[in-house]
Amino acid sequence: MQPGDLSVILPEIILSLFAMAGLMVGAYGGKDKTAPMLVWTTSALMVALAAWIGLQGAGRAVAFGGMFIDDGFARFAKVTVLLSAAAILLMSEGYMQRRGLLRFEYPLLIALAAVGMMMMVSAGDLIALYMGLELQSLALYVVASLRRDSVKSTEAGLKYFVLGALSSGLLLYGASLTYGFAGTTLFSGIIEAAQGELPLGLLFGLAFISAGLAFKVSAAPFHMWTPDVYEGAPTPITAFFATAPKMAAMGLFARVVHDAFGGIVGDWQQILAFLSVASMYLGAVAAIGQTNIKRLMAYSSIAHMGFALMGLAAGTAFGVQAMLVYMAIYITMNIGTFAFIMSMEKDGAPVVTIASLSQYSRRDPLKALAMLVLLFSLAGVPPLVGFFGKYYVLLAAVDAGLGWLAVAGVIASVIGAFYYLRIVYLMYFGAEDSELDAGASPILSGFLVASAAIMVLGVVNLFGVEAVAEAAAATLVN
Amino acid sequence: MIGLEHYLTVAATLFVIGIFGIFLNRKNVIILLMSIELMLLAVNINLVAFSAYLADLTGQVFTLFVLTVAAAEAAIGLAILVCFFRNRGTIDVEDVNVMKG
Repeated sequence: MQPGDLSVILPEIILSLFAMAGLMVGAYGGKDKTAPMLVWTTSALMVALAAWIGLQGAGRAVAFGGMFIDDGFARFAKVTVLLSAAAILLMSEGYMQRRGLLRFEYPLLIALAAVGMMMMVSAGDLIALYMGLELQSLALYVVASLRRDSVKSTEAGLKYFVLGALSSGLLLYGASLTYGFAGTTLFSGIIEAAQGELPLGLLFGLAFISAGLAFKVSAAPFHMWTPDVYEGAPTPITAFFATAPKMAAMGLFARVVHDAFGGIVGDWQQILAFLSVASMYLGAVAAIGQTNIKRLMAYSSIAHMGFALMGLAAGTAFGVQAMLVYMAIYITMNIGTFAFIMSMEKDGAPVVTIASLSQYSRRDPLKALAMLVLLFSLAGVPPLVGFFGKYYVLLAAVDAGLGWLAVAGVIASVIGAFYYLRIVYLMYFGAEDSELDAGASPILSGFLVASAAIMVLGVVNLFGVEAVAEAAAATLVN
Repeated sequence: MIGLEHYLTVAATLFVIGIFGIFLNRKNVIILLMSIELMLLAVNINLVAFSAYLADLTGQVFTLFVLTVAAAEAAIGLAILVCFFRNRGTIDVEDVNVMKG
């Protein structure tokens, strides 16, 4: 280890030291009374770190003998992860406070999960990959069961834990085979061994690692934990699950297939194309019958991960760029949508049934309009920003000669549009009057309206995210 | 002479037993935790066998990390299980069904 190595991972070190100091403050300085202060400082620190990481110029630094890579791709993913985690923390403060869920551990666990995610997207070695993934997962298992006096929340945590541990096991078994047949755990060494005709052991390693990562991004057929965990966990936690960890897992997926297995695109392209088709169709079809909006969002996120995987399946730099743009848009939309879901309540108690939204536009026209924009954008209706995300991944798939995948994607998105539009229909033309309370905290409404405004205003130039994503993708694929 | 293949076969067998333990087990969540542990230990056998075969220490370092994380994971799993038991009064796998998925 050289002193220079530490400066490369300084953002991670700062965030983890902050989390540990925060634990001390919380444990000895007034327990849960410190929680609001910790929420605000954690999100402020995350935004500051995101700004710092984002404003570091181009360039690539490698630390700890190749175990940790800090390049444009990692920085793009880290900025997205940190900003979305900070946004979710800010949104959740009021909600958690009113329901007595605002424990001081909550912001700190989110911070530790963010450290894990930053490790994941920077991993240059199977050990670093595993440590980052587990740091993230262990923190997420705990926050999923944060409402520890509720059957649903603890059941969600238990299911998430068992299936998450299973996926870690699969990933680890793949990592051990890869290590054995490549002779090294470094991605830079694996890519030299994985060229041309692949030894069977490496192929098995690749398949197991892909299966483990597919669990983490909740791609079908490894999605079964998603609906239950989304439904059972408290809504702000669900919002968190749907944003930052997805970006980190997709980033890690891209890192592994390009940095470690970049020499055998043909082999993993089929795996990813299969995962993509399965997720898009399962997400689109299974969401139709849902009555709980959180379960619906779970299937929606499965379908969206299918589209992001389509960009990755292209196996080109443009594909990675499309994936990054797609994820950035998806996360922005989800933050707004969950701000709306968090504000759905009746007499102060949260309501999550879709039917309760009937005639909501009369209650609160502004929020209904913002939600309409977001739902259209989620469905990929032009000219909203969500359409451009889909357009990019389809273009990447066609460019890579995966025309059939693009066609399948278009059909799936048409099927998927049905359930988004059904909510819009209910909100504007539903039969009964909405029982929901009107109004919401200014923070929630602010995030909701801002997210909807981005979906409309972003059509001009997507706020320049394209060019940034292109530069980021170029550092990963060459 | 016991060679690499034998170790890999044992590890693969243990790993498969672990996976089947998770999917076929209908009785008790504790058995799920044991199955998960079995999977991780199978991976450790793999790593150590490869490490000795390749005369490369990385695999054994990896094993130490896996062991540590497995312990942390088991602690968190048991903690969640205790919370679940307090709410539900049972830890039968068949009763983990408030939400259908």
